Amino acid sequence: MVLLEEQGPLGPLLPAHLSELVIGVVLFIVIVLVMRKVVVPRFEKMYDERADAIRGGMERADKAQADAAAALAQYQQQLAGINDEAAQIRDKAKQSGVQIQAEARVKAEDEAQRIVANARTQVAAERSQAVESLRKDVGSMATVLAGKILGESLSDDTRVKKTVDSFIDSLDSEPVKK
Amino acid sequence: MAHVTVGGVLLEGQAPTFDASAFNSQPMFPSAVWTSSGGAQYTWTDVWITNHICMAVIGAAIVIAFWLIVSHKMTIVPSKRQWFGEYVYNIIRNGVGREMIGEGYKRFVPWLLGLFCFILVNNWFGEFFPFMFPTFSKIGFAWGLAILTWLLYNYVGIRRHGFGHYMKKMTIPDGVPKPLLILIAPLEFISNFLTRPITLGIRLFANLFAGHLMVLIFVVGGTYLLTWVNNVAYNIAGGASLLMSFFIFALELLVGFLQAYVFTVLTAQYVSSALSEGH
Repeated sequence: MVLLEEQGPLGPLLPAHLSELVIGVVLFIVIVLVMRKVVVPRFEKMYDERADAIRGGMERADKAQADAAAALAQYQQQLAGINDEAAQIRDKAKQSGVQIQAEARVKAEDEAQRIVANARTQVAAERSQAVESLRKDVGSMATVLAGKILGESLSDDTRVKKTVDSFIDSLDSEPVKK
Repeated sequence: MAHVTVGGVLLEGQAPTFDASAFNSQPMFPSAVWTSSGGAQYTWTDVWITNHICMAVIGAAIVIAFWLIVSHKMTIVPSKRQWFGEYVYNIIRNGVGREMIGEGYKRFVPWLLGLFCFILVNNWFGEFFPFMFPTFSKIGFAWGLAILTWLLYNYVGIRRHGFGHYMKKMTIPDGVPKPLLILIAPLEFISNFLTRPITLGIRLFANLFAGHLMVLIFVVGGTYLLTWVNNVAYNIAGGASLLMSFFIFALELLVGFLQAYVFTVLTAQYVSSALSEGH
């Protein structure tokens, strides 16, 4: 084995040959250049991209959240509008129901009154007709009957008429049976 | 003389002694000529193409290949490969660069990342086949990186503050009474311009050198004792020493990582102090 004679005045503290020092320096400079030109830029570029991606992601998330909040507000607004509308419709329906009811009642009352009035008129007419015919028939029949019973002609018309009238009046005062 | 040399542990007779020849580089294409006086005449290939220099080149190639692979076709959602790359990248980028330098740290990330990975890979060569030798236990490499770091922080400091202001900033601390500056200014100068690179280089080198030495002693010495003939106590001690070497290996893995990290952190720290206002 051939060894380099390397024992200088400082022993191992001083290299006997400059080759190690020079080669070490050159190698290190080469390494630093590669790091500087290639490796570190690659890492830093990737870090920047990552930071951008994270920032972008956060922005997207924020935007999505804002969108969701806006949509929620919109829905709530719409819902409130719908509720209002429904309440309005209900009120309206209630109102119109009441109105219809009232109208119907009025109509029915009118109808009833009209029917009652008709009936009354009719009854009154029939009654007066009946009274009239009675007055005619009952008078003469009674006179005849009485004449037969009494055997005398009731010639005195005035007295006869008076008697008949008082009889009919008494009939009038009795209630009409329906 | 009857020498038994095992991995640099020189065993002379029954008293093992040690020289640092285990750390000597080995020319890949030996062509040295021995002169009559016993000295060697090395050719340039002996000196420039050694096993340890090849290791450094392979280490650099591994670092570059690793980063090109993990950073290939990066996506926002990382693959496992990319995730691992990001994990290591962030230790240096955020844990060292951003923590130590603060604003404007990004332009130093290539330097710090390269420094950390280059040192780490070469340190871990000491624990893994096929090399089993930490490159930075050769001090030339450590000095090279220390000098580069020294140039870096002084360069960025001078560029930001101007030469005069930078020298003033680095030698004259705030709030020191004028007479004391006679003492303080030279000390600050030595501390900031001489001690820093020297300690950087020696710290890295010495940790790896000592670690590898320990491994050698436990493994080679253990093997030597284990195979000693007719001495059971030696054999037991040798076995124990070989077992211990596993713990030393684990420790060296940690030391290799720590030294790479410390070198990187200190570089960032020096850059930060050179850039800072005041002081």
